[in-house]
Amino acid sequence: MANTTTEAAGAATEAAGHAAEAAGHAAKSAGMPQLDFATFPNQIFWLAVALVIIYLILSRVALPRIGGIIADRQGKITNDIAAAEELKAKAVEAEKVYQQALVDARGEAQRIVAEAQAEIQKDLDAATAKADAEISARTAESTRRIEEIRAGAARNVVEVATETAGAIVAALGGKADAKSVASAVAAKLKG
Amino acid sequence: MATEAHGEGLTFHPMDQFIVKPLFRDVAPGTCVPADGITEGCLKWYEPTNATLWMGIAILCIIGLFVLGTRGRAIIPSRLQSIAELGYGFVHKMIEDVTGKDGLKFFPYVFTLFCFIVFSNFLGLIPGALTTTSHVAVTGILAVAVFLTVTIVGFVKNGVHFLELFWVKSAPLALRPVLALIELISYFVRPVSHSVRLAGNMMAGHAVIKVFAAFAPLILISGVGIAVTPLSILAIVAMYALEILVAFIQAYVFTILTCVYLRDALHPSH
Amino acid sequence: MEIAAAAALGKFIGAGLACMGMGGSAMGVGNVAGNFLAGALRNPSAAAGQTATLFIGIAFAEALGIFSFLVALLLMFAV
Repeated sequence: MANTTTEAAGAATEAAGHAAEAAGHAAKSAGMPQLDFATFPNQIFWLAVALVIIYLILSRVALPRIGGIIADRQGKITNDIAAAEELKAKAVEAEKVYQQALVDARGEAQRIVAEAQAEIQKDLDAATAKADAEISARTAESTRRIEEIRAGAARNVVEVATETAGAIVAALGGKADAKSVASAVAAKLKG
Repeated sequence: MATEAHGEGLTFHPMDQFIVKPLFRDVAPGTCVPADGITEGCLKWYEPTNATLWMGIAILCIIGLFVLGTRGRAIIPSRLQSIAELGYGFVHKMIEDVTGKDGLKFFPYVFTLFCFIVFSNFLGLIPGALTTTSHVAVTGILAVAVFLTVTIVGFVKNGVHFLELFWVKSAPLALRPVLALIELISYFVRPVSHSVRLAGNMMAGHAVIKVFAAFAPLILISGVGIAVTPLSILAIVAMYALEILVAFIQAYVFTILTCVYLRDALHPSH
Repeated sequence: MEIAAAAALGKFIGAGLACMGMGGSAMGVGNVAGNFLAGALRNPSAAAGQTATLFIGIAFAEALGIFSFLVALLLMFAV
């Protein structure tokens, strides 16, 4: 029993040491390769070399370049957005101008229509006034003529009456003095 | 279990995948036993190893993505450039949200950490690859670097006021020394948990995959394999999917904790 | 060799016991995620801003499980 245990333990140590053996180490320094202190200076040296190289490559070449690319892209995007904003503002402006022009044109048209209407109204008014004036003038003329005719007729009536009265008086055998006849006629006509 | 693992049966070597070895030579057995003072066969600090190889591949991937991918500087990005910009925006936003605007001067530093970790984690998922971030030596250096940065920046920015981080003003006066002690300990434990979390996560997942993988050839050995082998392959697939998630989340967590620590350094009063 | 055998036994038992800590961490992570979900369903508009906090919480809860896993690994391979 003890013999087999010893054998097993020996085999275990041997197996554990196998890793180191493969690297050419003696079975005595069996263990994890991570704790093989003989390799530490080597690893640390090469790690330092690798880190310095990576640091120089990244900080001198790669990072400024990538940072530049990203900044460029950001700048381009910002510029493009700004340009788009500007174009949009321009479009809005253009539309405003167009709307303004439309409003102006409409106003102008209305103004022209109103003007034309006013002109027509004025002409119409003038024509009406002229026609009215003519009508009143003609009316006045006609009235005057009528008055004249009427006055003429009245005068004729007096003449005729006077003559007739004189004749009648004469015929009746009287002697008619013209003056009294006329006054009598006038009195008669008035009455 | 161990007897089974050894010999002609199944072989369990879940940790073998983490061995750091020289690229161009084999270490002869018995030439590197530091305990006995034999070091002539050991790794020299300047020797290229498989860790070097995979760190180099990570660097190449970073160059490919962030330098070659953004070569066009296109306003409308290509696919690669989109990914690069996504990563940039991700980390940038993280720092800005967590640390605030004044944390952005640490952006290259934090981004370096993030890139290195995320690429190491994902490259480690390639079968046969060495996951460099599964080594506490690597993550320890990363975490200690963050710790030192935070401490130095904290003292340079705020002077002695940085110590107010440990003196909780909102607590009753009697409790403050106790809290200060706890805060101080937790402050110094930060690099440990920061590094061990990353390394442990990476190591654990890969080791579990390896254990399941060791069960897969059972079908060649015994009859139980008919049931076990498909199950283990299914388990590998499931673990692999989880590992892809973990690879990203751990890089994210490491980076965001760096940001949180940086916020402490920049605004200790919060 | 009896002592070596006992040491090996202790190592493996210890590793197994250490793995129980991972269960605690699993409960912690589940608690964090579940409470986040409950809160997020009550107020979905505030959820997006709190994902960073969620991940930080999960990371802290998970780290302790990783520690116990690490202890298990250390017992298995390093002690």
